[in-house]
Amino acid sequence: MASDRIFGAVVTLVALAYAASAIQIQTSFLADPVGPRTFPMLIGGIAALCGLLVALKPDEDPEWPAVATLGALLVSVIVLVAYAYTLKPLGFVIPTAITAAILSYQIKPQPKAAVLAGVGLSLGLFFIFKFALGLGLVALPAVFHG
Amino acid sequence: MDLLNNLAIGFGIALSPYTLMLAVFGCFIGTIIGALPGLGPSNGVAILIPLTFSMGLDATSALVLMTAVYYGAMYGGRISSILLNIPGDEPALMTTLDGYPMAKAGRAGDALVISGVASFTGAFLSTVGLMLLAPLLARVAFKFGPAEYFALYLLAFATLGGIASNNQAKAAIASCIGLGIAMIGVDNNSGLPRLTFGNMHLFDGIDFLVAIVGLFAIAEVFFFIESHGKNTSIGVKLDKVRVPWADIWDTRWTQLRASVIGFIAGVLPGAGASLGSFLAYMSEKSVAGEEGKFGTGVAKGVAAPEAGNNAAAGGALVPMLTLGVPGSGTTAVLLALLMTLNITPGPTLFTERPEVVWGLIASLLIANFVLLLMNVPMVRIFVKILSVPPWVLLPGVTMVSFVGIYSLSGSYFDLLLMVAFGVLGWVLRKLDVPTVPIILGILLGGHMEDSLRRAMVLSDGDWTYLFSSGIAITLWAVAVAGFVAPMFLRNIMKKPQRITD
Repeated sequence: MASDRIFGAVVTLVALAYAASAIQIQTSFLADPVGPRTFPMLIGGIAALCGLLVALKPDEDPEWPAVATLGALLVSVIVLVAYAYTLKPLGFVIPTAITAAILSYQIKPQPKAAVLAGVGLSLGLFFIFKFALGLGLVALPAVFHG
Repeated sequence: MDLLNNLAIGFGIALSPYTLMLAVFGCFIGTIIGALPGLGPSNGVAILIPLTFSMGLDATSALVLMTAVYYGAMYGGRISSILLNIPGDEPALMTTLDGYPMAKAGRAGDALVISGVASFTGAFLSTVGLMLLAPLLARVAFKFGPAEYFALYLLAFATLGGIASNNQAKAAIASCIGLGIAMIGVDNNSGLPRLTFGNMHLFDGIDFLVAIVGLFAIAEVFFFIESHGKNTSIGVKLDKVRVPWADIWDTRWTQLRASVIGFIAGVLPGAGASLGSFLAYMSEKSVAGEEGKFGTGVAKGVAAPEAGNNAAAGGALVPMLTLGVPGSGTTAVLLALLMTLNITPGPTLFTERPEVVWGLIASLLIANFVLLLMNVPMVRIFVKILSVPPWVLLPGVTMVSFVGIYSLSGSYFDLLLMVAFGVLGWVLRKLDVPTVPIILGILLGGHMEDSLRRAMVLSDGDWTYLFSSGIAITLWAVAVAGFVAPMFLRNIMKKPQRITD
């Protein structure tokens, strides 16, 4: 119940904000009868209405995971964000091995297997991408390429 | 005969060694993707699209490869349903009901062969159906103006939200999220940026592939982390694989009926393969009655959902190719592939690019025979693949997703967006909000707005123009019915959970 009430409220607020920013859209002098504002405002309006409906008539709560699991999920998200930033400057092999190992550990906490999975995936995928599919991946940080 | 000429063109393309190789390769990969729990047709095809794009395949080759993967995944889904009691993909859920009891009774090999043959029947008949129905529908689609297209898009959202979800309001919210995202970027008509909040990265809009891979693949990884891979139950051993001719012959009418039902369910926009296998199973169950012993491991209970699911897979291609409106989550992903390749699906596709359409259809016919071979005599190879543990598979999926998206644009911003979509997908699915309408919204949002604005330019701002033709009024009526009717039917027809194709 509570989850849906919060979800509905958030959707309504975001949708109203969306509609409000749609009002601010610049129109050019070449406007057609509908213009660039109407459709986004319509979407925002409908979403806000549905958000209210969900908040007023909520479904049963889903089973949210325990705090420890939420922590594991948070760690994974942080690792993935870090991966997104490091993939370019540090090359493919090192960030991939680390990220894959951490993700593997989050799914099944067994350190040795996770490290093996990380290194194996990183090298294996690198060879597949580079030589079988011919993608232009860089293996190592730029420093090592001279 | 037009049809034979067209098929000749198609087979001319499909039988070239290179295309043939792609089809076989796609079937193989697809069956693996379908068999692996956690990877289904929609997220499997989604993570492969950026890679095919980066490999620089031409339109026909890419389309042949990916639809072979799509068909293959539909076949492969049954393997883990039968052996592990885990549906390898959503539509295979119904196959677990009789497949797993059958495997526990020591008939795993029989169940795999029967379902493989049923898959073939369903897929083959629906490909023939696609061949016959698609050109007809394409001819009707020529009559569609902007008002009709606007109603059609609305119909797709309405039926998808109405039939494939448990809560209409939540499905509508999902559609709005997708449509809202599609508005971001430079407006086509005025050339001015909209809703970018001054962020330079958003001027080009949000790439639908980023959203698809995030919502389907990355979100799945989060689900596995949440369950700590606990869903991997110990499976049933597969002993000898023989062909149970008697069972196959006994289920012939079941297979035919299920194929027809599946095909029709597939053609309806928004319904898709999950509904196809569900309806096929339920109708066969009622035909067989109490004596049919459905649910205890009978051959018909395995044949019906598999024929239905594969027939729906072919049927879903009909509206996707002729109207540009996908019938299911996976065809939405295939539509994304077409758009990436700069092919506009719709009636003109059949006249302007016949080689694409008929090459595809011919390849599908060939792929079916290849899949039958792979899934009956060679099924042991794919059974081995089931032993890949999730703690290797899911990180692998993540890495492939990252490389795929990265190879598209080389921008870290897209990767961040993908992770954000993954988190969003996880939260929404937790809250029972379907994610397929979001994809559909992002894919069709631009077209939907364009058709609305073009309709208003034609009528000089008169809103009644939207209801001015018979086709448009029919589409509006079906849209309203498709959205509202399931609210009342839901109490009568109890749907098994976890259907979010």
